[in-house]
Amino acid sequence: VRAVKLVIAIVRPERANHVLEALYRAEVRGLSMTRVQGHGGEIDRVETYRGTTVKMELSEKVRFEIGVSDHFVEPTVNAIVEGARTGEVGDGKIFVLPVDQVIRIRTGELDTAAVTPVESA
Amino acid sequence: VIATIDTGDTAWMLTATALVLLMTPALGLFYAGLVRSKNTLNTFMMSIAALGAVGITWAFVAYSLAFSGDGAFIGNLDNAFLHNVGLATARGLTIPDLLFMAYQATFCIITAALISGAVVERMRFLPFMLFMVLWACLVYAPMAHWVWGNGWLAQDGTLDWAGGVPVEMASGFSAFAAAIVVGARKDFGRQAVLPHNSVYVLTGAGLLWFGWFGFNGGSGLNASGATLSFTNTLLAPAATLVVWIVFDYVIGGKATAIGAATAIIVGCVLITPAAGYISPMSAILLGAIGAIPSYLFIQKRPGTRLDETLDVLAAHGISGFFGILFIGFFASADWNNISDGLFFGHPGQLWDQAQAVLAAPAYAFVGTFVLLRVLGALMPLRVTEREEGTGLDVAQHGEEAYVQGDGAILISPEAGFAFERVVEQP
Repeated sequence: VRAVKLVIAIVRPERANHVLEALYRAEVRGLSMTRVQGHGGEIDRVETYRGTTVKMELSEKVRFEIGVSDHFVEPTVNAIVEGARTGEVGDGKIFVLPVDQVIRIRTGELDTAAVTPVESA
Repeated sequence: VIATIDTGDTAWMLTATALVLLMTPALGLFYAGLVRSKNTLNTFMMSIAALGAVGITWAFVAYSLAFSGDGAFIGNLDNAFLHNVGLATARGLTIPDLLFMAYQATFCIITAALISGAVVERMRFLPFMLFMVLWACLVYAPMAHWVWGNGWLAQDGTLDWAGGVPVEMASGFSAFAAAIVVGARKDFGRQAVLPHNSVYVLTGAGLLWFGWFGFNGGSGLNASGATLSFTNTLLAPAATLVVWIVFDYVIGGKATAIGAATAIIVGCVLITPAAGYISPMSAILLGAIGAIPSYLFIQKRPGTRLDETLDVLAAHGISGFFGILFIGFFASADWNNISDGLFFGHPGQLWDQAQAVLAAPAYAFVGTFVLLRVLGALMPLRVTEREEGTGLDVAQHGEEAYVQGDGAILISPEAGFAFERVVEQP
């Protein structure tokens, strides 16, 4: 049974902290984030450096990658939407992907066990 | 007595003028490191803009309001547009009058720029430029006149070597008012807002200290008498730095870099009013004990609702206040040939200093408060919340400090260059 999904979310950098807070409240603990350049149909920024005027087609975005058990997909997605949404074009996307296998490196645990946070001692 | 031009004095004051001018871009660097990366250029530009806008304002009007005429409160317009400001000596000095004007210009420039620290990351650029121009004329010029233009404080005997009143208390308490009128950043108190480049902060602080040798060392307006104020500018900040690091260890357990940079500024501010009036050992004492009020204020301020973002009030207002009062206790006629303080048998000096620390904060606060309220009635002072989110670099200047260049498409190459024009496909 494929009990694990990978949630990839691309959000505005200025909303990244709100997303982290919302995920924390939803008790989603394991995640990674990267700063990326992206374009999601928002209006291009025009910038001028001396005589050179350019249209910036890519904007700073933050990409979250979160491995979760099936039943955690919905709370995770809801938390991301709550944290990232401003209502303007360029708020980002969330992708939910099936995952073949997840392995926790330290213990060798697989799938659901591997994405379930360790109970703190 | 008509004084003649002294080559040594003139050479030093030319140098000191350039040293103080450097302090303004140094301040821009210091401030830029303290803000988030998306506001780097806007923050830096507020200082850079002062070099232009305030520099011209000084030559046109503000210099005359500060240094022409004998009014108790403010000067007159006799020297407006540099009328009668020439290459001959004046005011009993041994340097050209024009050089005196240029030297004083650099003070007004950095003082106006200092206030930007209270409003960075949300104030629009244009109203801030207009504010600096008006502030130079209506707040800085009168306060400089009080202590250096034979105004009421000078006549009462208040000692202010290099600007405890018009520079440090004026900028600090103006920053206090500006932070209230403009209001807090939308993220203030809601999320952690951290300095984005501590190396800029340290480099800026170092360059400010370097420039401060011209600020304090030049404020005697001659070379022969510059040694005391110059050396005190070395000693007092050194003492502040040591005390600050000790406090960091005792209170937080670690010596912080941003704390050290702050200590350098606080130490330089503390010695600014007193540099030419107290002994070198008194300067060390001033730098050491003067660190305490600023340190405590900077620890507590972020927990309040006052988003005086880069702590201009703590670093400049409070330290300037402390430095001015310290003169009243520790001024030494053995060193300054003018007056003793309370501890050397002249308690009256303390009263002269006390007048300055009552009047300067009140005038600066009220003046700035009213000025910004009036400006705010004419135009929005703040960027929109959305622009605050994306950052003021793109929103206000159409540039970024750390450009990736990926996905940048040329839309208008300069005419005359043989670039291939990018044409929109139909």
